[in-house]
Amino acid sequence: MARAVSTQHKTIATAAAWIVALLIFFPILYTIITSFKSEQEAIQGFNLFPSGTTESYIAVEAQNGYFKFFLNSVFLSVGSTILALLVAIPAAWSMAFSPGKWTKDILMWMLSTKMMPAVAVLFPIYLIFRDTGLLDSRIGLMIMLMLINLPIVVWMLYTYFREIPGEILEAARMDGASLWKEIVYVLAPMAVPGIASTMLLNIILAWNEAFWTIRLTTTEAAPLTAFISSFSSPQGLFWAKLSAASTLAIAPILIMGWFSQKQLVRGLTFGAVK
Amino acid sequence: MATQQTRSLARFMMAPSVVLLFVWMIVPLAFTLWFSFQQYNIRDGFVGFSNYALFYSNPAFLQSILNTLAIVGSVLFITVVGGILLALLLDQPIWGQGIVRILVISPFFVMPPVAALVWKNMIMHPQYGVFADIARFFGGQPIDWFGQYPLTAIIIIVAWQWLPFATLILLTSLQSLDSEQKEAAEMDGAGFVSRFIYLTLPHMSRAITVVILIQTIFLLSVYAEILVTTNGGPGYASTNLPFLVYQKALLEFKIGQASAGGILAVILANIVAFFAMRAVGKNLDK
Amino acid sequence: MKLRTLTLGLLSASTLAFAAHAESITIATVNNGDMVRMQKLTDDFTAKNPDIQLQWVTLEENVLRERVTTDIATKGGQYDVMTIGTYEVPIWAKQNWLLPLDKLGDDYDVKDIIPAIANGLSVDGKLYAAPFYGESSFVMYRKDLMEKAGLTMPDAPTWDFIKQAAEKMTDRANGVNGVCLRGKAGWGENMAFLTAMSNSFGARWFDENWKPQFDQPEWKNTLQFYVDLMKANGPEGASSNGFNENLALFQQGKCGMWIDATVAASFVSDPKNSTVADKVGYALAPDNGLGKRGNWLWAWSLAIPAGTQKADAAQKFVSWATSKDYLELVASKEGWANVPPGTRSSLYANPEYQKAAPFAKMTLDSINAADPTHPTVKPVPYVGVQFVAIPEFQGLGTTVGQLFSAALAGQTSVDDALKQAQDAATATMTEGGYIQ
Repeated sequence: MARAVSTQHKTIATAAAWIVALLIFFPILYTIITSFKSEQEAIQGFNLFPSGTTESYIAVEAQNGYFKFFLNSVFLSVGSTILALLVAIPAAWSMAFSPGKWTKDILMWMLSTKMMPAVAVLFPIYLIFRDTGLLDSRIGLMIMLMLINLPIVVWMLYTYFREIPGEILEAARMDGASLWKEIVYVLAPMAVPGIASTMLLNIILAWNEAFWTIRLTTTEAAPLTAFISSFSSPQGLFWAKLSAASTLAIAPILIMGWFSQKQLVRGLTFGAVK
Repeated sequence: MATQQTRSLARFMMAPSVVLLFVWMIVPLAFTLWFSFQQYNIRDGFVGFSNYALFYSNPAFLQSILNTLAIVGSVLFITVVGGILLALLLDQPIWGQGIVRILVISPFFVMPPVAALVWKNMIMHPQYGVFADIARFFGGQPIDWFGQYPLTAIIIIVAWQWLPFATLILLTSLQSLDSEQKEAAEMDGAGFVSRFIYLTLPHMSRAITVVILIQTIFLLSVYAEILVTTNGGPGYASTNLPFLVYQKALLEFKIGQASAGGILAVILANIVAFFAMRAVGKNLDK
Repeated sequence: MKLRTLTLGLLSASTLAFAAHAESITIATVNNGDMVRMQKLTDDFTAKNPDIQLQWVTLEENVLRERVTTDIATKGGQYDVMTIGTYEVPIWAKQNWLLPLDKLGDDYDVKDIIPAIANGLSVDGKLYAAPFYGESSFVMYRKDLMEKAGLTMPDAPTWDFIKQAAEKMTDRANGVNGVCLRGKAGWGENMAFLTAMSNSFGARWFDENWKPQFDQPEWKNTLQFYVDLMKANGPEGASSNGFNENLALFQQGKCGMWIDATVAASFVSDPKNSTVADKVGYALAPDNGLGKRGNWLWAWSLAIPAGTQKADAAQKFVSWATSKDYLELVASKEGWANVPPGTRSSLYANPEYQKAAPFAKMTLDSINAADPTHPTVKPVPYVGVQFVAIPEFQGLGTTVGQLFSAALAGQTSVDDALKQAQDAATATMTEGGYIQ
């Protein structure tokens, strides 16, 4: 009896979950489908079965080589993330284990720096970058991306570190472990999942950042967001080409996200789900 | 003694982040503040508060603030409620759970301009969009989303981008709920609704807080979706504060007014932060 | 400061040292078909100029405009050649942001550039940008539907005729809209069309003293005519239709008439993408007998920012890309129909081009019918047919465009939209110091 109910229950839940999941995924799926249509097919109404032509991909590659943009995206998102972690880990560590009177306020202040509309500071930043020769340089943009994501990184690491029981540290200290050993042997193994998930989230955010990456680059440092901008809204109807470019731009991060989603969630919710 | 040492070490370790962020905030802010008192093409000198007055007297100003709050509020509502419902659904035993999760989280990885382009051209387009095809299939009139319901359309797009994030966090939180506790509640004869209200919801409150906190930060500065789809129109129907600042800065090149708008946006953000964040911040401390 | 000058000096010295070997110039351009084609033909240029390398930045129109304007206003020096339109050229030239193009070479034949276009790109008799392709606007119509309606399109129709024809052609049960026009808000979208249209109704943006004129009956007539025409005979959701949306509608046979850029002719007459390719006729943009027609004038042009350190190489490139030889190069590789139109008189005298492009004559006539220096019936203090060449126009035009788009969507009345437009324009002009 109970068994039957549960199977029936599972069937209904499965059906519902799949329907909702497919609905949510549909815009992405349809983009991928459209990318395999010809331009005529793309505007001829709803059609889930493309002719399978790859002419759009060939045209996109011929117009604007994909690989350079892709490499820049990888370099910028990974580089800025590593940089952010280097700066943020010590800060989050000290906030979590030696909180002062102002820790909470500093944290809130850090988060609030993210709320300034980027465009309002475009001109100051552009002038600074011009005078320091950082326009269109990967290093400059990497620092930029590091700065805009730093508050999130510090905050995530902080909530994660805070859950590490202080007693363990106390015990280690009792044993006479130096601070360095404390970090390497006690803290690091416990902190790795949190750091990993922070890293993943930050890579995603940096990969998808579409304001500074377009405004501060020309040719050398331009990542995939700039690549997309050379295919959106041209004169004429090129939806298949736009879909192909979109698919190329999101595919790497989508695949990375699929493989690492468990990691991503584990750290993101550690503090939240106890 | 040791504590003293740890303290100063702690300060030392915190320093790079704080200094960097402080410089990052203060330098552009100082420039921005300075620009906000200048005539817009930099050469013309100090103009007092007139940029603020001009920005404030802009007919779109008030509406842009309301729209900003509407976007933040609606998207938070949709993603939190939708996220809870979806999490409850995905928490059931189902076949193919791994794939379902992958499908649901995917929109979070799509960059905002691409998301907006896809929704605009392929989903909501009144002639070629999938919604129009569906409407025609049922014999209805296709809806001109960006003409008739511009703000709603943008809220839908942004909610689509953030729903996965909320769902995933809430789902993880839900899964960490002690199954013994659940069973005990079931034994007590608690119905689904009362179990949800008295057991599940309080358990998830911290996860909900995280969702609200992170999303608010990003939702306050939504602009790519507006730029790609409605350009703030028709009229000012979908202009939010960041977009208004964008318009001043990169369409009209009125740097002074854009800077004034930026300062106002920071103030607004801090008001929101003060109220919302403190309210939810308490939750975080538990 | 001294240190910076020194560093800059060293930097430029080292750049110069490099320049002796190979110079690389960065070209910012828009992602339209003709420019993408130019990018593909890079090899021809580098074969002729082995010491110059080309770096391309292709962006969509709005992003491109933001990027190049930011860069030139802050003297960022990121680009050596910029693709800009007839709107920017007079403004930037007056700011001394652009280099005059005086070294285009002996066989460039500047006089061959269509005079209306060259005028729009010159300030005080000096050419500041070379046109890459030029366009006006005209009426594209379905010959078969026109015949069915029992009408004949004259070469130079009036607005009354357009209205009458639209009413007869509209057949919503069969998905045919009499007329498709731009409705999407933007200074380069609906306002390009409406400003050009208003010229033929005798309206103007400003009087001689820069006083906004939206409270005048001519604007009321323009907007009321447009809204009524579109409500009765236009497609669903017209307030979000721009060039691309209308192109799609027309190509699928859903429009009887479409008044838009001449460059659209090459799309709608292309049987690969258009279902109505063999049924399209062309006519001049309509008028009201007041002496001005409702067509615009635009040219995507190549200009060189004053801050570049590679001016000679940049001029060589501009000269190559806008030369007669370039037209022949495109023709030899992709056929005459794909040659960038609207820049050189000699192209329109070429019988091969006339054969490949049936709309050639009407395009040239349309371009010649526009006069950017005297765009309106009544006198105005500004230059520009479908825009006003002042820096404030981008913002103001877009604001007014949003108001008129809302009127088309039925969210405000025509009178309210005009009143708000008048207020917005008055505020902008007061702020800019044009009026007290």
